[in-house]
Amino acid sequence: MSTEQSQRSQRNRVDGGLIDRSDTRTFEFNNKLLTGFAGDTLASALLANGQRLVGRSFKYHRPRGIVSAGVEEANALVELRSGNLTEPNTRATVTELFDGLVAKSQNHKGPLAFDVMAVNDALAPFLSAGFYYKTFMWPKAFWEKLYEPVIRAAAGLGSLSGEEDPDVYDKGFIHCDVLVVGGGPAGLWSALMAGRAGARVVLADEDFQLGGRLNAETHTLNDQSGASWAQQLIAELESLPNVRVMPRTTVYGAFDHGVYGALERKTDHLRLSEGKPRQVLWRVYTKRTVLASGATERSIAFGNNDRPGVMLAGAVRTYLNRFAVTPGQHVAVFTNNNDGWQTAKDLVNKNINVTAVIDSRDTDAPFELNGVQACMGAQVASTSGRLGLKRITLTSGKSFEADCLAVSGGWSPNVHLTCHQRGRPVWNDTIAAFVPGADLPSGMLVAGAANGELSLSDALRSAQRVVNEVLNDLGLSAPAEALPTTSDSTVDITAFWHVKESKGRAWVDWQNDVTTKDVAQAHLEGFHAVEHLKRYTTLGMATDQGKTANVLGLAIMAEYSGKSIPETGTTIFRPPYTPVPIAAFAGRSRGKNFRPTRLTPSHDWATELGAQFVEVGPWLRAQWFPRAGESHWRESVDREVLQTRASVGICDVTTLGKIDIQGADAGVFLDRVYANTFSSLAVGKVRYGLMLREDGIAMDDGTTARLGEHHYVMTTTTANAVSVFRHMEFCRQCLWPNLDVHLISATDQWAQYAVAGPNSRSLLQKIVDDIDLSNEAFAFMACAEITVCGGTPARLFRISFSGELAYEIAVPTRYGDSMIRELMQAGEEFDVVPYGTEALGVMRIEKGHAAGNELIGTTTAANIGLGRMVSKKKDSIGNVLSEREGLNSESDNRLVGFIPVDKSRELQAGSHFVQTGHAVVTENDQGWMSSVCYSPTLGHSIGIGYLQRGQDRMGEVLDAVSPLTDSSVAVEVVSPHFVDPEGERLRG
Amino acid sequence: MMINHPLLGLRDAAEFVYLGDASLINRPDRDAPDAAAAFYEYLHLRDNPAGTHRELWYHEQGDRSWLVVTRNTLTHDIESVELASDVARQQGRDV
Repeated sequence: MSTEQSQRSQRNRVDGGLIDRSDTRTFEFNNKLLTGFAGDTLASALLANGQRLVGRSFKYHRPRGIVSAGVEEANALVELRSGNLTEPNTRATVTELFDGLVAKSQNHKGPLAFDVMAVNDALAPFLSAGFYYKTFMWPKAFWEKLYEPVIRAAAGLGSLSGEEDPDVYDKGFIHCDVLVVGGGPAGLWSALMAGRAGARVVLADEDFQLGGRLNAETHTLNDQSGASWAQQLIAELESLPNVRVMPRTTVYGAFDHGVYGALERKTDHLRLSEGKPRQVLWRVYTKRTVLASGATERSIAFGNNDRPGVMLAGAVRTYLNRFAVTPGQHVAVFTNNNDGWQTAKDLVNKNINVTAVIDSRDTDAPFELNGVQACMGAQVASTSGRLGLKRITLTSGKSFEADCLAVSGGWSPNVHLTCHQRGRPVWNDTIAAFVPGADLPSGMLVAGAANGELSLSDALRSAQRVVNEVLNDLGLSAPAEALPTTSDSTVDITAFWHVKESKGRAWVDWQNDVTTKDVAQAHLEGFHAVEHLKRYTTLGMATDQGKTANVLGLAIMAEYSGKSIPETGTTIFRPPYTPVPIAAFAGRSRGKNFRPTRLTPSHDWATELGAQFVEVGPWLRAQWFPRAGESHWRESVDREVLQTRASVGICDVTTLGKIDIQGADAGVFLDRVYANTFSSLAVGKVRYGLMLREDGIAMDDGTTARLGEHHYVMTTTTANAVSVFRHMEFCRQCLWPNLDVHLISATDQWAQYAVAGPNSRSLLQKIVDDIDLSNEAFAFMACAEITVCGGTPARLFRISFSGELAYEIAVPTRYGDSMIRELMQAGEEFDVVPYGTEALGVMRIEKGHAAGNELIGTTTAANIGLGRMVSKKKDSIGNVLSEREGLNSESDNRLVGFIPVDKSRELQAGSHFVQTGHAVVTENDQGWMSSVCYSPTLGHSIGIGYLQRGQDRMGEVLDAVSPLTDSSVAVEVVSPHFVDPEGERLRG
Repeated sequence: MMINHPLLGLRDAAEFVYLGDASLINRPDRDAPDAAAAFYEYLHLRDNPAGTHRELWYHEQGDRSWLVVTRNTLTHDIESVELASDVARQQGRDV
């Protein structure tokens, strides 16, 4: 389409504006091809094309049009883009027009102009505030099955694609001296002065074009137009190396201690992101904040004030002056202040027909406008026009033609961020609005319209004052620069909220379909408090969070209750200022990247072998190593167990936590954190240790080796590696700060392999350099710092989890991959087998070792048969409280073993024990099975678990029942040490 | 929140792990006659002040210092930050 053609089709386009007429952009709205220009928003382009009807309302499905030109938009929510890029509830007023944009209107069944759900509007008398609460009470079962699904289908805003969002979202951190929120006149001036003074400045504005109202008004500054003055300041700001100008960036929240959240829309204005981050969620750390967030215009409630064509007066000026679009050809104005008159004046100057200015104030008109009828002390009672405004009627009966009605109910400062730390705004009668209170977030100062200083000259003066204070605080000197001379006007508002003689419903909250009647009903039913009003009527609870509606609703409630507005209350704002996509909060932490995946040093090698992996906390560990011909995991696991017990097996145990403990008091320190004693451990020896919590419950266990007089190495369980280390640092720093001991986590520094089985010694002898591994020279529980493979440093521990003759060998992590390959090669002659976590688990159950399934946060040392390990000769964490009576009863649970009476039966973890033939009820519960496995060594299923007085019940037969799977297996109580109970193998 | 680490300066609270009341430093004497009761109180009984609160924070994503942070629970204002080991020594934990 040629430029000429596209301009012809845009019948509401006028001269001027900040759009680029040389850059035509084609877009699609409800399958209709339309054009606009670069610099347009979707809303301005729709208005340029005369598209007034843009959606249906949430509850009554009323026809709705664009009301604002900013983030406060309540009606013009569209479904943007298509397929997996679909984005519902997007405000057309802040969507930059790009070539190929596709948008659809929301909330209707059938075409927008013939919504079948509009029947709800006829049912309006039944759908008022509290309707759902009162109606869908009975019968109770109907709520979930009938009422809710129907209501959900009828209400709601846009719909999601149900597909995964293909775009990338990022997070970032910015540190600065001054954060300036808002790039209007006050923000630009503050940022420039702070930037010139040398402060590190971040200037963030939600708009793609900085300048704020300067772009929307016809002000002059030093004889320049507002927009060109803004351009000049922006150009200088961008040239300063210490200033970062961030358009398309919304500061959505003020958090503690100068931390702010900001959302930057990087590629939302492009058709495709093409791999670049779509949005960036910034965390901004700042010393001072200048809040220059401007103000939002309010409407007035009158009959049928929701008809497409009824708009905010300031928005009409924005469309006219910035976007070169007139929202109508015959415009009327309804105002309670002088600002509304400015809209009429700007329209007249562009030769748009203004049919009347209706002013609720019973005074003289602020100025005469040629050919415009002024109705002072007048009110609009109703509007007409089925899908768009055609006429307005005053309470006097007079009526005017109008396809657009510009309404100005006064301006509310955007105090949102001042409330995020519980600050309460205060009422200001002069401007009939809430302004920031004294209780601001620390480091925040407010300038311009956000502070209630609504005129341009006042805004600039307040910016000058605020920035000087900021620079003074920062120890910087303010540049000497005089403020520009400005054309100016005052607002002169006389508060006026709603037309009592309205004909038809008068809307307060467009987005949630709340009318003055709903507010009246809330008052009648006793919901006077503003928080009750909000929840009962849903006023201000839509996605716009009542930016245009809250004050209006509050004021109307105040009128009904005969109180002043400050007496009625105020709503407090919480983050976010405007909606932030969940995707932005998630950033790159999605799916597998939700948290880092930790790989063991043998991971590549195990992958080559085709290992099956399992997630263990953040780690991926080899679960088993299938071989050709094995079709079931049990085949692989049974083979790994049998082969290890028959010859030798190797398992990566790197994931166990390792803590290096050094210092003259290391032994004393360990005595205090472990229930048993370690200061007496000989150098070159390892000991099993049990760690209690201060309440006497088992926290963790593992082995600790003494490598030197002042040097120990502790292992923790994989799961508790972090929390045990944290606990030990607490003990060291907070409880015993004068002990000479230091800790460091060495989990990542050492690759560690268990080498287990009767041939483990022979295998290792081939790896180690000149060290005698005979039982005499290197007995069970010995340890040493050695070298392997011709000089590689290593640590060797003779410890066994499998119950076999076994060792664990550790090498610096960088040698981990080589080490496993060397071990496997050296083991070839013994038919060495790698084993995974499943075989590891089978062998530990066969040995009756407690692990994660057994140490469950209620387990005492006595429960696992280690009661005597808690030394009474010394103080240690948990020592005193472990003696509590309730933790030491003889009838307590004990860890014992179980075998099925019928060996062909399979045991089930989680089964509970009841005496044979007794009813399966809680009263008869005597304990539970914590771990089970098939023991290839014994040839049947085995289990370990907790049983009341288990130590005294060997040989007893019980029922192991699982009501969940409706199964019951007769089991015999046995020792939990199924294999080699005397421990001859591991000492051999 | 920002915590002014005595050794490292202002750090984001996200780098820390919170434990709780700083009274956990005052671990009772095991050999005192009322040790069981003292340990019970030490472990389970806490004040829950609306206002100034001394609490333990651990710089886990940092230098692993335990800190005693004096914070107003109503405003989140932080009055002081000390190394827990210094506080422990001042409180006579030199055993």
